[in-house]
Amino acid sequence: MIRNTILSLLGLSLAGTAKADWALNMPKGITDLSLETYNLHMMVFWWCVAIGIVVFGVMIISLIKHRKSKGAESATFSHSTTAEIIWTAIPVIILILISVPTAETMVKLEDSRNPDMSIVITGYQWKWHYKYQDSDIEFFSSLARSSVEARRKESGVDPFSVENYLLDVDNPVVVPRGAKVRLLFTSNDVIHSWWVVGLAIKKDAIPGIVNEAWFRANETGTYRGQCAELCGKDHGYMPIVVEVVEPEAYAAWVNSHDAEQ
Amino acid sequence: MNTDVSNAHDEHHDADHDDHGPDKGIGRWLFSTNHKDIGTMYLIFSLTMFFIGGAMAMVIRSELAIPGLQFVHPEFFNQMTTMHALIMVFGAVMPAFVGLANWMIPLMIGAPDMALPRMNNWSFWILPVAFGILLSTLFMPGGSPAGGWTMYPPLVLQTGDAFPFLIFSVHLMGISSIMGAINIIVTVINMRAPDMSLLKMPMFVWTWLITAYLLIAVMPVLAGAVTMLLTDQFFGTSFFLAAGGGDPVMFQHIFWFFGHPEVYIMILPAFGVVSEIIPTFARKKLFGHDSMVYAASCIAFLSFIVWAHHMFTVGMPLTGQLFFMFATMLIAVPTGVKIFNWVATMWRGSMTFETPMLFSLAFVFLFTIGGFSGLMLAVAPADVQYHDTYFVVAHFHYVLVPGSVFAIMAGAYYWLPKWTGHMYNETVGKLHFWSSTIFVNLTFFPMHFLGLAGMPRRIPDYSTQFSDFNTIASIGAIGFGLSQLIFVWVILTAKQGPKATDRVWEGSHGLEWTVPSPAPYHTFETPPQARIANEAFE
Ligand SMILES: [Cu+2]
Ligand SMILES: [Cu+2]
Repeated sequence: MIRNTILSLLGLSLAGTAKADWALNMPKGITDLSLETYNLHMMVFWWCVAIGIVVFGVMIISLIKHRKSKGAESATFSHSTTAEIIWTAIPVIILILISVPTAETMVKLEDSRNPDMSIVITGYQWKWHYKYQDSDIEFFSSLARSSVEARRKESGVDPFSVENYLLDVDNPVVVPRGAKVRLLFTSNDVIHSWWVVGLAIKKDAIPGIVNEAWFRANETGTYRGQCAELCGKDHGYMPIVVEVVEPEAYAAWVNSHDAEQ
Repeated sequence: MNTDVSNAHDEHHDADHDDHGPDKGIGRWLFSTNHKDIGTMYLIFSLTMFFIGGAMAMVIRSELAIPGLQFVHPEFFNQMTTMHALIMVFGAVMPAFVGLANWMIPLMIGAPDMALPRMNNWSFWILPVAFGILLSTLFMPGGSPAGGWTMYPPLVLQTGDAFPFLIFSVHLMGISSIMGAINIIVTVINMRAPDMSLLKMPMFVWTWLITAYLLIAVMPVLAGAVTMLLTDQFFGTSFFLAAGGGDPVMFQHIFWFFGHPEVYIMILPAFGVVSEIIPTFARKKLFGHDSMVYAASCIAFLSFIVWAHHMFTVGMPLTGQLFFMFATMLIAVPTGVKIFNWVATMWRGSMTFETPMLFSLAFVFLFTIGGFSGLMLAVAPADVQYHDTYFVVAHFHYVLVPGSVFAIMAGAYYWLPKWTGHMYNETVGKLHFWSSTIFVNLTFFPMHFLGLAGMPRRIPDYSTQFSDFNTIASIGAIGFGLSQLIFVWVILTAKQGPKATDRVWEGSHGLEWTVPSPAPYHTFETPPQARIANEAFE
């Protein structure tokens, strides 16, 4: 509604074809830690709003009242030790209030002990490779055909007509709901970064280094992401799709994969 | 001293010669050792680069206006983002502040010129060479560098023929900056008016002194980092190559050890400019001058120990992450002191709103918004979500465009009458201000939403759900770009306005306002009298 109004105000013809909804904020995600991340984000945000109201409020009052055209005479004070101690101390207290819960979350984020399963993710220019440890499932995952055709310059295909334009892959990663999944990242060439906003995981895939992250999905569904570290020409075209399914469906998926091979 | 009559006459003749104006023709500029001429050249160079880098931004925003590829290929898009950043950082913002420093520091401290005038000439003339080299890479096989201005290996090693030229031009920019910084330090330390103690120096001089130390500390680090890239590429070393036992992440540590102080190199002089302007138009002394100095020094010190906040996703140990998070948050304290002091300066002042003041007020508002998103970015788990997205793009453009660039604009309007001897057209100046301010927010504010919703930076095309805000941002960007043409018009007509007084502004204080407008070619050939200097401060 709002977006249609704004776009028609701007005189754009896109309004009719776009079906996307306005996303204004970080999603809460589907893991306990993605929710904690979201809460931290909102906590700092509201602190910023509060500080902003005070600082901008005082400034705006001053801009309105203390202007020469209103006959304001300038005062002569040029320092106040008390005031300066107060506005040094208050930010310090706010920062402590922010850092305590943040540090708690960070400790949890790093605790990848005792995973139920592990997946090795390797970045390539410009696709991802997934290998499920403890099984021989491994595959490359690249941009879906539909987007490959539409993305070319002068392709003649309207991106709005492509479902999940640039965010769909041929082979998604499948994981079971409720399992602690450990991800190990590395790269075959340059640095990439594996990012799925709904899992609140972004980790660099670096040649010669193995990085680690973990998640435990609470909900089933399809979650999309993209490479976040500039990795060359097709950096914008190596999306990530994670499908969280019920454990039974996951077992069936593993079996069908084994049968294929 | 020789008392011989004929010799005395010769000396007198020499002195007379110094009083003559500048040389005629191109030689005046090529061989200039005059701080005012060199300052002017820096400023014109910076404005030129601002438009070249801006044109690249227009290419980027045009491509991103709607989903799908319309104008450029992904390779060229990456060249544009890389070159836009290098040109704006090293070619537009930094030289603009050096230009302001060249013009104003000698006038503010009552010195006849910069301490090392020939080196001053060098540090300027290296720049057109450096950027000539950098821009020439656009026409080379493989195009210009496309691995981002951060030059992360191994990607940057995939650059085509442009690679050694990139490294060489970065070296030249570094040499130019280091020489400029040495010159400023020597000038400020040795050539102040006799009774100007360090703590009596104007804030612009102070922030530049601190900035100059930062430059000397970190530009060699950047030079070292890019030299290691060069030897990795051509001389068989493996500093950053995993295959040879090197570590690609080490480059990021070295780069950001330069890169974070670089952020303050681009903002501290802006703090200085704004700290000059707000007291003038509030007709009230700067609140807490000394604590402003201490705050700036604190920021400079902290800037050396926060670099890895750019690297929360590279896989650092928990203790490392915690340290860099706390250190980064601490920067909010001295930065807050600066902002509160500016507000306290306005409080119970007698304000008027000429163009320099408008730009300074917008600076305080919008830089603070960039500061807020900076605080959010400091929170490591949240940073994992923000990192390398449009949220970060929004953040650093808020501190660099309505931050640094607005401060440069404010300074230009503030001192223009002193440089030209004429008042600029206030109506046109205000038009420039309002259109810049509206469009800059239209461009960069929606980018916060894009980043939070999941749009990575440095991509030439995006999923359709990001289209609306991208369209708005592109409209804003084109508007902002066009608004800057108004500024060119202001500059071109700068000498057509009414004559400026020496004081120029009713509330101005400081030695620079004691010399005539326009400032004569040579000023303060004898140090200003103690009494005059003192009066200028009261
Ligand atoms: Cu990438
Ligand atoms: Cu930083």
